[in-house]
Amino acid sequence: MAAATPPSGTGPLARREARLAWGMLAPTIAIVSAVIILPLLSIFWISFKPISLADLRAPSPVVREALRGRPAAPGDAARIEYRLRNSSQTKPIRNVTLADDWPPGLAVREMDGRCTLDGTRLFCDLGDFEGGQRETLKIPVTVNKEFFDAGIDPKATVPKLSGDADNILLNGEFTLENFRKVFDGKEFLQVLWATAFYTVFGTFGALVVGLFAALLLNRSFRGQGILRGLYLFPYVAPVIAVAFTWVTLFDPFSGSANALLVQMGVIDRSINFFGQRPLALIMVTVFEIWRYFPLSFLFILARMQSIDSDMYEAADMDGASPFQKFRYLSLPQLLGILSVLFLLRFIWTFNKFDDIFLLTGGNAGTRTLTVDVYEQAFAVSNIGAGAAVAVVIFCCLLLFSWGFFRYISQEEGL
Amino acid sequence: MKWLRYGFVTGPLIGALWAVIMATVAAVAVSFFTGFAVAPVIVPTLVFGAWLGFVWLPDSGRTRASRILWGVVLAGVVLAVFWLISPALRAGAGTKTGALIFAWVLFAATTAWPLERILRGLRFGALSRHEFEEAVIRFLTGFGYIFFTVIVIIPFYVMVMTSLKSQQELLQNPLDFAIDLSRGAELLRSYFELFSDFNFGSYLWTSFYVSVLTVLLTLLFSVPGAYAVARLRFRGRAAFSRSILLIYMVPMIVLALPIYIAFSMTGLRNSIFGIVMIYPVTTIPVALYMLQGYFRGLPAEVEEAGLMDGLNRLQVILRITLPLGLPAIASVSLYVFMIAWNEFLLAFMLLDDPSKFTLTRGVAMLNSSEIPRQHLMAGAVIATVPVMALFLGLERFMTRGLTAGSVKG
Repeated sequence: MAAATPPSGTGPLARREARLAWGMLAPTIAIVSAVIILPLLSIFWISFKPISLADLRAPSPVVREALRGRPAAPGDAARIEYRLRNSSQTKPIRNVTLADDWPPGLAVREMDGRCTLDGTRLFCDLGDFEGGQRETLKIPVTVNKEFFDAGIDPKATVPKLSGDADNILLNGEFTLENFRKVFDGKEFLQVLWATAFYTVFGTFGALVVGLFAALLLNRSFRGQGILRGLYLFPYVAPVIAVAFTWVTLFDPFSGSANALLVQMGVIDRSINFFGQRPLALIMVTVFEIWRYFPLSFLFILARMQSIDSDMYEAADMDGASPFQKFRYLSLPQLLGILSVLFLLRFIWTFNKFDDIFLLTGGNAGTRTLTVDVYEQAFAVSNIGAGAAVAVVIFCCLLLFSWGFFRYISQEEGL
Repeated sequence: MKWLRYGFVTGPLIGALWAVIMATVAAVAVSFFTGFAVAPVIVPTLVFGAWLGFVWLPDSGRTRASRILWGVVLAGVVLAVFWLISPALRAGAGTKTGALIFAWVLFAATTAWPLERILRGLRFGALSRHEFEEAVIRFLTGFGYIFFTVIVIIPFYVMVMTSLKSQQELLQNPLDFAIDLSRGAELLRSYFELFSDFNFGSYLWTSFYVSVLTVLLTLLFSVPGAYAVARLRFRGRAAFSRSILLIYMVPMIVLALPIYIAFSMTGLRNSIFGIVMIYPVTTIPVALYMLQGYFRGLPAEVEEAGLMDGLNRLQVILRITLPLGLPAIASVSLYVFMIAWNEFLLAFMLLDDPSKFTLTRGVAMLNSSEIPRQHLMAGAVIATVPVMALFLGLERFMTRGLTAGSVKG
């Protein structure tokens, strides 16, 4: 008799469960890869392309149709005119064709060699258009009674155009120019410096301020709930609202902060808080701290409230002073959440775009990498260079998340 | 640091610092409230605070008579400093006496009363480490409450008050946030104009339904996904869990660029449909991550009992998991709603047509030199109020959502 062996491999039940799981995940995977993974990959592709904002619209033929000659009575001569042009000034279009439905009652007197009329359907094969080429197609017609009876304007049917143009995104033209431009010289160093300053100080600041706020609220008193809600305001409010409020508040001409400081006699002349180096970078970082301390405070508070109070009672018995209790009991307990928060906030501060963009638009030395993507792609209209910066960001992030997962796997919680 | 631990050093030191803080707060508060600048002067304030700190020290270690005597003698020093340099609070140019008196009353009250509380329990002579540290902590606590309350309230106060002003008032005195109640409904003029001339009613509605659709679509995708990750065993579960986290660390601006290109080419740019397509995808990873954490915390036994009783998986999810997970789903919904409502970057890049703007995009449009500031601030208030109302009404859920959502900036 063969010895009984436990079944090996995955059984049918386990397989069914796995199938179900993948089934439930499939929609998410599909949509996330379509909208996140695919664009991410395309960023790499685009970063090697010489492409500007104007290239996004592929060159296409454009037409305007008109009935000329003012026919007033049946039998009058007139002509149908198509004014065509290439929408791009530089790129050619191949095999341009035009198709249009005519109203009834138009008799062609002389057909253009490139066109044929089948019933009321006109079809023209116009060949290739050079960049910036314009052309006018004239077809003389005689207007019959039918035309006036029907009363249809020839313009009522929009002519259909087609043509093949090279799509810069899909052709085989590649360049390293984008990366060369991005890494070029001092500007990039400036961007890196702004990014590093903003990320490091923003993260640390929000963490320290958040820790302070959490210590304040880690006791029960009347109004604790109200204060906790209040302190979350900066984070909950839309960034656009608070950013513009800060801009208004610190405006050099009509801002209340400047008015206050001048009238108090602290400063002589208005300060352009968001417009001068290096103050702008500091202000942007302060804004970041102001807006995100609630998040760290919320986390740290949650962790604090789960610390056992026995320990503190024991410490009291041993005569530990309040600062000693904080230093030797609370801080070690909070170290885990603090480091997790630090890593997460670090990555998110690094990723931050809206805040700086709204406050300074990346001027006055506040252009971080993320703002640089926008500036390159839309302000300078060089999509390729923008994508190259995005690739740089992505590589930095890969590095950070490697550190994150290495560390997080040792940490409890997340 | 030992020399610090004497009541007659600690008391005046804390008193001096506290007085500076309160003088600044009183000056700023009165300036922003009345429109007349009042400035704190640092040295006299320090002297005044130190004196108060000295006087408020409890009797222990000295007789009441000596306390009073010293208090009176040193008061002379304070007055001399006030007379020689300047009083602790000084009126700015053109400030009315009433405002200055108001500032003084505020300053004196907010310095004297809390300081007495802070210094209670100290002794005049040498202090134990406990006594000293507790006084410092009381000081820091008081400072913290005031500091945080002030920095949070000021911007919101400025936002609301600016939106109620007229162009002329703003130019006249940017410091003056007092509102003239006699103007009645005129006060809300900026709001009326935003709704009548700038189409804000439609933006509000667009933002609302885009956010609601985002919440619904997000839940539709993330609930089954989260359940699968939390409950079902399959190969690649851990890897999947991690890649969710990874995905949610990708910055929006990196994605926005190719999305912009794709939308430009397919004609989805400038359409609400495109926005509704994109928003849920940005929130699904967050929601999935939050929900799977919660589902994992639900007892599996209840579900197993359901399976034993003949329900299939779908029925288990619908009849057991979802009802049990309702609070979590509420948190996630609120959080996602907030993200969608506050979203700016994609709306800014993908919408150009003013008839299709969301609220944030509409407010961004107001940021031009031709449109007066009070309109911009009124727009900001309109964008803030709904999400704030939601937050205050459902704070418990919201706080939990924020905590669980953790990392989304």
